Amino acid sequence: MTTADAKAYGAVPQEAVGLDVQDHVDVADYQTIGEPYVENAKMSARNVNVYYGEKQAIMDVSLDIGENEVLSMIGPSGCGKSTFLRSLNRMNDIIPICRVHGDIQLDGEDIYGSGQDTVLLRARVGMVFQKPNPFPKSIYENVAYGPRIHGLAHSKAEMDEIVETSLRRASLWEEVKDVLDQPGTGLSGGQQQRLCIARAIAVSPEVILMDEPCSALDPIATARIEELIDELKERFTIAIVTHSMQQAARVSQRTAYFHLGKLIEVGDTKQIFTMPRHELTENYITGRFG
Amino acid sequence: MSKDTFKNTELIQASLKKRYARERRFQFYGMLAVLLGFAFLFILLFDIVSKGTPAFTQKELKIAVHLDPERLGVEATADAEQLQQANYNAVIKASLREMFPEVTSRSEKRRLYRMVSIGAEYHLRDRVVAEPSLIGQTHDLWLLAHSEAAGYLKGQISRDTPEVERKVKDVQMDWLDQLRDDGRTRSVFNTLFFLEGDSREPELAGIRAALQGSFFTLAVTFLLAFPVGVFSAVYLEEFAPRNRITDLIEININNLAAVPSIVFGLLGLAVFINFFELPRSAPLVGGIVLSLMTLPTIIITSRAAIQAVSPSIREAALGVGASKLQTVFHHVLPVAMPGILTGSIIGMAQALGESAPLLMIGMVAFIMDVPGGVTDPSTVLPVQIFLWADSPERGFTEKTSAAIMVLMGFLIVMNALAIYLRRRFEVK
Amino acid sequence: MQTSTVFLTLLALCVVSFFVGRHKSRLIGMAGGGLQSLHSLPTHYGYMAALWAGLPALLLFVVWLAVEGSVVRSLVIASLPAEVRAQGVDQLGLYYNQLVGHAVGNIEPASLDATQLAASAVYNEVMNYSRNLKMLLVCLVAIIGGMLAVMRVKPDLRARNHVESIFTWILFSCSFIAVLTTLGIVLSVLFEAIRFFQAISITDFLFGLQWSPQMAIRADQVGASGSFGFVPLLVGTLLISAVAMLIAVPVGLMSAIYLSEYASRRFRSITKPVLEILAGVPTVVYGFFAALTVAPFIRNLGESVGLSVASESALAAGLVMGIMIIPFVMSLSDDIISAVPDTMREASLGMGATMSETIRKVLLPAALPGIVGGILLAVSRAIGETMIVVMAAGLSAKLTINPLEAVTTITVQIVTLLVGDQEFDSPKTLAAFALGLVLFFVTLLLNVIALYVVRKYREQYE
Repeated sequence: MTTADAKAYGAVPQEAVGLDVQDHVDVADYQTIGEPYVENAKMSARNVNVYYGEKQAIMDVSLDIGENEVLSMIGPSGCGKSTFLRSLNRMNDIIPICRVHGDIQLDGEDIYGSGQDTVLLRARVGMVFQKPNPFPKSIYENVAYGPRIHGLAHSKAEMDEIVETSLRRASLWEEVKDVLDQPGTGLSGGQQQRLCIARAIAVSPEVILMDEPCSALDPIATARIEELIDELKERFTIAIVTHSMQQAARVSQRTAYFHLGKLIEVGDTKQIFTMPRHELTENYITGRFG
Repeated sequence: MSKDTFKNTELIQASLKKRYARERRFQFYGMLAVLLGFAFLFILLFDIVSKGTPAFTQKELKIAVHLDPERLGVEATADAEQLQQANYNAVIKASLREMFPEVTSRSEKRRLYRMVSIGAEYHLRDRVVAEPSLIGQTHDLWLLAHSEAAGYLKGQISRDTPEVERKVKDVQMDWLDQLRDDGRTRSVFNTLFFLEGDSREPELAGIRAALQGSFFTLAVTFLLAFPVGVFSAVYLEEFAPRNRITDLIEININNLAAVPSIVFGLLGLAVFINFFELPRSAPLVGGIVLSLMTLPTIIITSRAAIQAVSPSIREAALGVGASKLQTVFHHVLPVAMPGILTGSIIGMAQALGESAPLLMIGMVAFIMDVPGGVTDPSTVLPVQIFLWADSPERGFTEKTSAAIMVLMGFLIVMNALAIYLRRRFEVK
Repeated sequence: MQTSTVFLTLLALCVVSFFVGRHKSRLIGMAGGGLQSLHSLPTHYGYMAALWAGLPALLLFVVWLAVEGSVVRSLVIASLPAEVRAQGVDQLGLYYNQLVGHAVGNIEPASLDATQLAASAVYNEVMNYSRNLKMLLVCLVAIIGGMLAVMRVKPDLRARNHVESIFTWILFSCSFIAVLTTLGIVLSVLFEAIRFFQAISITDFLFGLQWSPQMAIRADQVGASGSFGFVPLLVGTLLISAVAMLIAVPVGLMSAIYLSEYASRRFRSITKPVLEILAGVPTVVYGFFAALTVAPFIRNLGESVGLSVASESALAAGLVMGIMIIPFVMSLSDDIISAVPDTMREASLGMGATMSETIRKVLLPAALPGIVGGILLAVSRAIGETMIVVMAAGLSAKLTINPLEAVTTITVQIVTLLVGDQEFDSPKTLAAFALGLVLFFVTLLLNVIALYVVRKYREQYE
């Protein structure tokens, strides 16, 4: 497949390729163990199924994300956790062959409803990606990008303020305040990822989705991002997909375990890691597969 | 929900309508650009096909030809040599006068004669030489119409145009109408177009010589460019050490790919014709020039094809003790061959359509004879098109378009072949 | 044909050497205890013998062909009477060409004088002698070469390495042809251009505002006339290229954007090859289209709104050239936009940007250097394009930037100056080479810059 063809397909996430959930009928009829629903739900998903063409990547997932909580999603590669995350702000719409069925609500509003608008939705539900992906622009312009396209700042001073606040919240301000006109691509990996977080929070989203934000970073940079996530949860609701169980344990209040497109178990993070109720969860967190 | 986000939501909602309008506009411009490209292509093809199609038929007039031995200057008993030399022109003219007895003035007579092609004379001669017994008899014979008369019969010239602006005058139109009403005109497939060389008379001009010239030129191009191109690609991919000379070669190949074709013509003129004194206007020189021009294309595509061969094949061959050269020629090249051929065909298609450098080396001469070899003076199809496009006669316009259709036909076949090869190659 | 006879003979000798070499190596091998006692396979010994037979003989043959003409010429001219030789170089050349024409059988004897007839007999004689000698020597060299190789066949002769190193040299020579071609181009245009600049000063050429080479010939005093001013040609070329770019860049770029970012895969897979047909249409076809369809159309259109448009307007030629370049711009921009990583798209779309905002504010700025490089390549193509302008642009060198008027270009002038029979030494002809020199270096410069920019751009994302 040439790169051009791949583009025409849309970028199918790596884990979607070669996924074949249909072979595991035993999981298909499965009921989620634990507490998928919470009282103060910011986002709630009910009976969500996601298909890539013929293949089903998510099967009948129902899950709530509570206001100002950090929910982490873990599971082996290809379990569909990223796909689920991407359907929360309709990033899957970019992929032509991808279909999402079921009901996902943000503050009680169906995000796939006919009145919903992806532009507004994505401004409210921001996203941070696996690999730091700052634009090839200056640090300032990277952060100002969102406010600019959405028309959130009416003057240079307002914009300066938004940029400074966002960079401060991403705890990057002190490091870059003198080099705001330097290209964002010149920063270190960890700084780039914090810049991407600053860029995401510059439009004051309500929810931030993080797709393995630390997988490309070294341990020190990872630690800083984790600290940051902890601070951010005061203002934002955060859903994070991670490969690292330690990270899930450190940053999240609740944890959801996905396996082959199914949500197997969800509950309080402490409980999941100390007393998993399902065998698959236990196998995963004890490292029998992953 | 914080105050910030609430304010933002409202701001964004307010701007949405405008942003979506902009989005639609942008998408519309994109669509418009694609459609514009389509429109250009369609207009171009339509223009050429509609202009060129009439050239594939020719008009003939049925004339009662009286083969008067006196006018011919020979008897039926004359030998072939004498029959060849007989005055057929006079016979045709007299026959025309007999058919239109009302024509008396000199200028009208001249117009009358101008309805039949001068080629009709040779056609009649061949007929008589084959069958001398015709002499002395009167026969209805189909004679090739002059291009102007044919133009009127094909409906390309209208009576509505002021008479001074057209070559076919009212009186000629009257005669032609009369012939048509008598069932004395017909259309036949234009075989001359494919069998004859160039001519000053549009109705006699054909593309045979140009096709043959193109064939010889392309043969020379292929024989030179293909082996040299493939060998260069093999050297650069498999053998070349990383040093200055290799860099120099690579830079040169990349730059040659972008040198305007006319500059290759200057090279051909200065080096091959003036310095090496090779014959002007010959397919040999044309082929050499075009091969230098297509060489970069072949080298670049062949390199890509060789690169695409998986290293495991090389390792397997080297592992059983084959030398580098054997590995390349026995294992790598056969696998890369479809890719190399694709590139070569595309290069050849370029060469077939190219005309600018050939103008420089004198392949623009007026050439009637079909060339017999690579050193005979000749022209090529695109240059023939150029020559005809320059001719003021109206009849040549349709010839030009028809020749373009033939040329494009060849190019389409070549490109289709290349695409077919590439598809098969990619499946592997 | 005599050349092919020699060639075929040589080939036959190579084949014979191959078999003899292979046979001998087999005999020796068998005598020495089986074929494994040989260093290389018998075929390698065969190839070695064939190469030894063929290569030196081929070299001799080529050298002979190259010098044959001039040697024969000087021999024949030496045989001419003194008063004939006393003619000027040009007359003598014509005289000689006539007698050669007769000798070859192209010219009727009636048009020649007695001396020429005699000389033409001498020519035939010398040529015959040369041919026979050539055949003899080539065969001799081939046989000696083959024999030497066969004599060297021994079990410890590393025939395979020998053959392979010769072959590597052949491969190298093939790729070196590219360098020789460039060298040939530079030397041939440079050499003639220098002769031109001996007659016309460089400053007159580069900064002169008047171009009328015809006048120079008539006045028969070239240097003083100052009518070889290059500026009008440059302006004309740039004017037509600018019109072409105004068509090709927006249409090409927008189609590339539409096809890569908006269109469905199906639509794209049909549309792209169809639009690429435009790139495969021979330029002479575009020239015909421009001259016979577009130019009259624009002229009539202009007249209907009261504008006076030249029948060979720069607009018509530029428009059609633009159409020709559309697919070129399209596929270059497509490549370059595709090279922007998908993560950029996702980042922008993920923040709620619309597709067009993403394209205009993220993708295009990121791809800008690459696109600029691509446009430079397209400009260089427009400047070097010949047939369209030869057929649809004018001949008169008018210094104007009004696209409705007729202008001429560098390539048009090169063709006009060189097509038809010209004496090679007249400044008019040489001027074409000076123009060729300028054309070569301008396009070279544009390409080098463009390729550099594009490469830098690619590295950014690698």
